[in-house]
Amino acid sequence: MSLLEIKGLTRRFGGLIAVNDFNIELGERELVALIGPNGAGKTTVFNLISGFYQPSEGSIRLKGKDTKGLRPHQVTGLGVARTFQGIRLWSEMHVLDNIRIAQHYRLGYSLVDCFLRTKNYMLREKAIDDIAWELLEAMGLKDCAYELPRNLPYGVQRRVEIARAMSVKPSLLLLDEPAAGLNSADVEGLIKLVRWIHDTFPVTIWMIEHQMKVVMSLCSRIKVVDFGTTIADGNPEEIQKNHAVIKAYLGDDTI
Amino acid sequence: MITGGGPIPEVPARFVLRRGLARTHPRRKAVPRHAARKHHFKAKVPLVEIFQNILNALQFGSFYALIALGYTLVYGVLRLINFAHGDIFMVGAYLAYFVAVTLLGIGGLNLGLHMDPGLALAITVPVTMILTALVGVTLERTAYRPLRRKGADRLYVVITALMAGLVLENGNLALLGASRKRFPDMIDKVIWNLHGVTVTNLKVIVIVASILVFLLLQFIVTKTKIGMAMRGISYDKFAIPLMGIPLDTIIVVTFVLGSAMAGLAGILFAMSYPILEPYMGALIGWKAFIAAVVGGIGDIRGAIVGGFLLGFIEIGVVAVFPSTLRDLFAFSVLLIILWLRPTGIFGVAQTTKI
Amino acid sequence: MQKHVATIAIFAGIILLVLCAQFHILDQYYISVLMFMGVNVILASSLNLVNGYMGEFSCGHGGFMCVGAYVSSICTVLMFSKNHILGAPLLPPQFAFIGFPLALVAGSAASSVAGLVVAIPSFKTRGDYLAIITLAANYIVISAINNMEIIGGPRGFMGMSATERAMQSMLDIPWVLIFVLLGTVFTVWLLRRFVSSTLGKGVPAICQDEIAAEIMSVDTNRMKLIAFMLSSGLAGLAGGLYAQVLGYVNPQSFDIMRSTEVMVMVYLGGMGSLSGAAIAAILYTVLMEALRFLDVWKWVVIPLLLILLMQFRPEGIMGNKELSDLFPKLRKYYSFK
Repeated sequence: MSLLEIKGLTRRFGGLIAVNDFNIELGERELVALIGPNGAGKTTVFNLISGFYQPSEGSIRLKGKDTKGLRPHQVTGLGVARTFQGIRLWSEMHVLDNIRIAQHYRLGYSLVDCFLRTKNYMLREKAIDDIAWELLEAMGLKDCAYELPRNLPYGVQRRVEIARAMSVKPSLLLLDEPAAGLNSADVEGLIKLVRWIHDTFPVTIWMIEHQMKVVMSLCSRIKVVDFGTTIADGNPEEIQKNHAVIKAYLGDDTI
Repeated sequence: MITGGGPIPEVPARFVLRRGLARTHPRRKAVPRHAARKHHFKAKVPLVEIFQNILNALQFGSFYALIALGYTLVYGVLRLINFAHGDIFMVGAYLAYFVAVTLLGIGGLNLGLHMDPGLALAITVPVTMILTALVGVTLERTAYRPLRRKGADRLYVVITALMAGLVLENGNLALLGASRKRFPDMIDKVIWNLHGVTVTNLKVIVIVASILVFLLLQFIVTKTKIGMAMRGISYDKFAIPLMGIPLDTIIVVTFVLGSAMAGLAGILFAMSYPILEPYMGALIGWKAFIAAVVGGIGDIRGAIVGGFLLGFIEIGVVAVFPSTLRDLFAFSVLLIILWLRPTGIFGVAQTTKI
Repeated sequence: MQKHVATIAIFAGIILLVLCAQFHILDQYYISVLMFMGVNVILASSLNLVNGYMGEFSCGHGGFMCVGAYVSSICTVLMFSKNHILGAPLLPPQFAFIGFPLALVAGSAASSVAGLVVAIPSFKTRGDYLAIITLAANYIVISAINNMEIIGGPRGFMGMSATERAMQSMLDIPWVLIFVLLGTVFTVWLLRRFVSSTLGKGVPAICQDEIAAEIMSVDTNRMKLIAFMLSSGLAGLAGGLYAQVLGYVNPQSFDIMRSTEVMVMVYLGGMGSLSGAAIAAILYTVLMEALRFLDVWKWVVIPLLLILLMQFRPEGIMGNKELSDLFPKLRKYYSFK
């Protein structure tokens, strides 16, 4: 059974068709990219998967379970984590809290537990803390655990956002333009980080990215969309030679 | 049947329940005793009564609409709930009072004037509107602008507005004392009787004024350059100055317009209900604000629709139930509207892009 | 040991205050100011959960307080006092010291159910529109009670002092003061435990970025439900205590003016700071009493002070910091976060 199976996914906003008949099947531990010109509907696909939008047509199945009608936090509970195009950290809370809060779906204690500080509460909070510290340590963020995200450099904020997504212990990680706004040194770091995550955790990573360097050096499979429609799907070499892709990116006349 | 101005249809005597009809048909048929005893039962109302109530609702709705326009204008431009606006309306009514008594020579500043009431009114209206606008602009300059300059959170401005309203209310109370003021009669009351529906000239003035103000503001906001700038600010306060548009001027104009309308509402209200007291602005202001939100705050049409809607709900409730239930029903209906349509009637939901 | 220092200090303080009241070291005026302080601390810290931590603008806290005040007053009057409509007392006075807290619980429960009126629309809407819903809720509560003749309508409702007498007939100690102080400590304790847990931190997450919160697995609807119901329930507790302190309630004392007062306390103290809210509530109560000589001008001076505060220190006394952030040494005894 595949991890993610999307069939005939379509999303319309009024007259605009943002995503048109999108299909994909992802297995375990894949590293896939979704590329395409601006406004091609890439982020909409991610929003549909994470439950932020409901599809107009088509189905999304996660580990065989249809996600139709689920609210975003429920989808996350099924093991989908994501980052955002513009960084969306909780800016007034320190990094550690950011990572703790993302584990909300497996709190495992009730409000009463929380008031009475029962044994269950203590155990669960400890587990949450342990996971958070482990991740911070592994991702080299231990020193800024008590910093507010807005005081951190942009590149570090990206790392924190990825760490927050990883604290969900996802089986599918969606990265929405992780390299946007990073300088070349940070991009190198990001490539290393993503590769490390892919090697260390049992997770399928699916990223939207414009920087071809990142895409080509990381991904084994690339899907190209334009105007909501898939125009190509294949490994990096195939995509580089694909005429439809070149046309979409560079226009007709250049060739 | 409703639109026709012809004779009103025969109403069975047992429906003759309230004074409106009884006056026009002076006991054509003797009202049976038991019907008279059922006086409190007001559920079935004759047509004349309905017209009378519609007229009253329009009048009341006009006040709400005029005040709601001020809320909505400022909100539309600054995304600021100007909680002091209801009190600016109160200040407008008091200013109108002082200008009027001064001009009529029955109080206020003793200038030795004894003007003809009509002339006095003609002067009072613009002078009050200007003075009220000045109050609004002063508020903007002393309280809101410094905060805006500092880039303070919207919330702090809202708190400031709330507090400024309290200062106006209680400052008035402290300065003028708790005694109520009686607004002098400025126009001769003319009562037309249209088939039993009593129409006073004042009611007509109020309703017409509110509609004219609405049309004027709608024109300013949608058709003029300054209106375009106002709408622009509401989208992006930071880009507007970069486009060479004087931000502060536009905001001052907004406050001038909003406060002048509150001043106008103050005069009209004082003429219709001539007893003035410092807290008169608070409740009517809150209600008008709710009306503006129900209409969809930031939208001029919303203010008018919300204001009249509130007027109709209130008068409708009073026509059927005891008048003490007015607020309960009015607010419940508004709450239900907001439950069903969280952004109000004309409001557009803000979408967030991620 | 150090862990318990704060707890011991708090309870020692309570006992000290109660002893002062018992042996008339503090006169009745100071005791009642103290009780209002307690009520205000409960109000401010509970509203802080919604207006501070969740970043909503609820301006109808007085309405929830009103529900709590009336429900618990009716319960106590039913149980322990003779009322011309509600009849003779149902329970003998010996039960008063159990019955009273139960009445408070009933009042809090009722007002937290009333909080649903605001909580449910908050799923779909926020910001200014939600502010209006809270405002309308406040008005609805006030005018509903104004129209209930059976509990006195606009004239108000009384007879709660019988409960105090009943409790004192058992043991002559300042019962109401004790309950107010315990209620205050309970509120702060409850809220602190909530906001310092990972569960409770979902609330500021909604404030700072609701979309990120929802997508990063925070059940925002549930959090909103908890926050609104907890906040309004505690407001109900404050209302119940307030009614008992005064021995008399009328709907006008819970109108927008009251809600505004509570908001003033929250923003004076600093949003999202529990100790800030408590300090501000105490300060505000003192200020109100100290400025009593100004008479009508008091209500001009206090708003002006707040306007100045907004100009020069808009984040309030504490900002979003807690006492332990400002005085790290305190952390040894008591951690706020």
